[in-house]
Amino acid sequence: MGDILGLLAGGLAEALQPLNFGMILLGCVLGLLVGAMPGLGSVNGVAILLPITFLVPPNAAIIFLAAIYYGAMYGGAISSITLGIPGASTAVATVFDGRPLAVAGKADKALTAAAMASFIGGTISVVLFTLFAPPLAEFALRFGPVEEFALMLLAFATFIGLGGDDIPKTIFSILIGLVLAAIGLDIITGQPRLIFGDITGFMHGINFLVLAIGIYGIGEMLWTLEQTKGEVVVHNVKLSMKEIFKDIKDVKHYIGTTSMGSVLGYFVGTLPAAGATPASLMSYGLAKTFSKDPESFGKGNVSGVAAPEAANNAASTGSMLPMITLGIPGSPTTAILLGGMIIWGLRPGPLLFTEHPEFVWGLIGSLYIANLMTLIINLLFIPVFVKILTLPFTILAPTIYILCVVGGYAPTQTMHDVWLMFIFGVAGYLLRKLDYPVAPAVLAIVLGPLAERSLRQSLLSSQGDPMIFLERPISLACILIAVALAMVPVVQKIKRRKKREAEQA
Amino acid sequence: MTVRTAELLMAILLGLASIGLMVKSAELNITWIPNRGPGAGAWPFWLSAGMLICCLATLYRWFRGITPESRNNNVFMTRETMRIVGVSAGAILFLLSATHFIGLYLSLVFFLLFYIRFVGRHSWVVTIALTIGVPVFIFCLFEWALKIPLPKAVTEPWFYPIYDLMYS
Repeated sequence: MGDILGLLAGGLAEALQPLNFGMILLGCVLGLLVGAMPGLGSVNGVAILLPITFLVPPNAAIIFLAAIYYGAMYGGAISSITLGIPGASTAVATVFDGRPLAVAGKADKALTAAAMASFIGGTISVVLFTLFAPPLAEFALRFGPVEEFALMLLAFATFIGLGGDDIPKTIFSILIGLVLAAIGLDIITGQPRLIFGDITGFMHGINFLVLAIGIYGIGEMLWTLEQTKGEVVVHNVKLSMKEIFKDIKDVKHYIGTTSMGSVLGYFVGTLPAAGATPASLMSYGLAKTFSKDPESFGKGNVSGVAAPEAANNAASTGSMLPMITLGIPGSPTTAILLGGMIIWGLRPGPLLFTEHPEFVWGLIGSLYIANLMTLIINLLFIPVFVKILTLPFTILAPTIYILCVVGGYAPTQTMHDVWLMFIFGVAGYLLRKLDYPVAPAVLAIVLGPLAERSLRQSLLSSQGDPMIFLERPISLACILIAVALAMVPVVQKIKRRKKREAEQA
Repeated sequence: MTVRTAELLMAILLGLASIGLMVKSAELNITWIPNRGPGAGAWPFWLSAGMLICCLATLYRWFRGITPESRNNNVFMTRETMRIVGVSAGAILFLLSATHFIGLYLSLVFFLLFYIRFVGRHSWVVTIALTIGVPVFIFCLFEWALKIPLPKAVTEPWFYPIYDLMYS
């Protein structure tokens, strides 16, 4: 325990260095903005802005991106409350009570509660993260390629079991992500693979950023334009510092539900397919169940705003746990962070703690500071953010497209990648319209090379016998859980059918 | 085109793409090579085979009317969606194509001019401020701070004086 406190102190000192602290501030502000824009969330912000982080060293870059992640979770509430449109899917549950409060002229109460709850959620989850990460990383040091591959199967299985989307389409999305990752030179034999039309651009493979920016930049913007028809109506918000300070005192009314929601959110967040959106919905449900006045939920109960906001912030920290300790991202956003780490020349996983402690602890330290900074910035500048929301899409959309095009060009500096990004963006948009989930593909393209290497290494060591995955205890456990997860939808279907038959009988 | 038709077409298209990927992977060794493990093509081959199975499953579910899309007879792309999405996609298509000929910066100017003035109908002041401001910002961020040269095509000579200033 003393060890952890010492390392944490070092991490905080690292995060407070001028460059890193500046990155936290910038990241928080950008995150709040991205989160507040309808349709855009942390994943979009991180995907679009990752290329510009080549400007700073990896430590500062990850701190910047993590701060965006954090800020976006706070920011999502702003548009949920003032526009009645969730700023990101993670803030859907915030609309339920946030909107009625705004309509009743109590937007300030809702916004303050969202900020305070996010802070509580962030704090509780960062403490949990600090306690859980080092032992988990130490445990994961024992993992070989067999365990690594089993763990990835488990990560993909969570999409099938918990994703809630059409199963053949979900599996398709995972597989196409893995195939896209296989394009280029084979890592083991060095042979060129899947070079379509002998275009040399495919030789260096498809950078995960090309897919991520395509889907989360261009595709998402097209989707948002379709959903909002380019029109937003801001609900009138009157705010003064005096009001806000008065509202902060209300925290005692919802501290219980937020703490509960934070712990729940943290653990749900660690699961790759679950993450912040289901966590916030579950937390909302929990708050309603345990409330003395469940009737008032959905009509403007402050706890109904606080509970989901605490959970989505906690989940964002939770999703970093498997990324840092196991090298398996807990959400699409952390998948992009993980890809970034690979670009910066770091190998995510348990060794990170021993080989680059300043990186890991600097990140953890920055989470504490980002959490506090976002709260302060949020409370001080809520009116400014609300103003920015009124930016017409005809200014916002071209700016985002340009950032996507330039960001898609920067990592490899070929137009080939920019064209691919555009194609992925349009294809992603069309697929999304037909209910194909896109997040699994992004996770898969990041994990693809690691998955293939660990599979081939495992099979090589067992002379091609796949039973090796069932002979090692940790791998066996992962595979059993993966199978159980994949069975969840089947079991649910049978249950529903039985229930229907029972009702008919 | 209805959503129902769109789902059918998409599943067929993706299924054909999966077959294409399988054929392409099979150009390499997809079998077990003694002492060297699976051949280079094995991993993408079996993944593509899995994709094909998923497409067949989607087709079956479409045929049985299990997926919500297969029961949805609404228009896949309404006229309004076509307009708003088409303008964006078309403008980006222009931006990328033009970059090959007149470079990114000049293309950006036309792209912004079109979007802000002719789609957004904003005032000339806003239009000019952004059509100049955004490319300048992009230049400062990428070329100057990040040292990443962006494609300039025929406009390259225009930048020589700026390079002289930057690197002198």
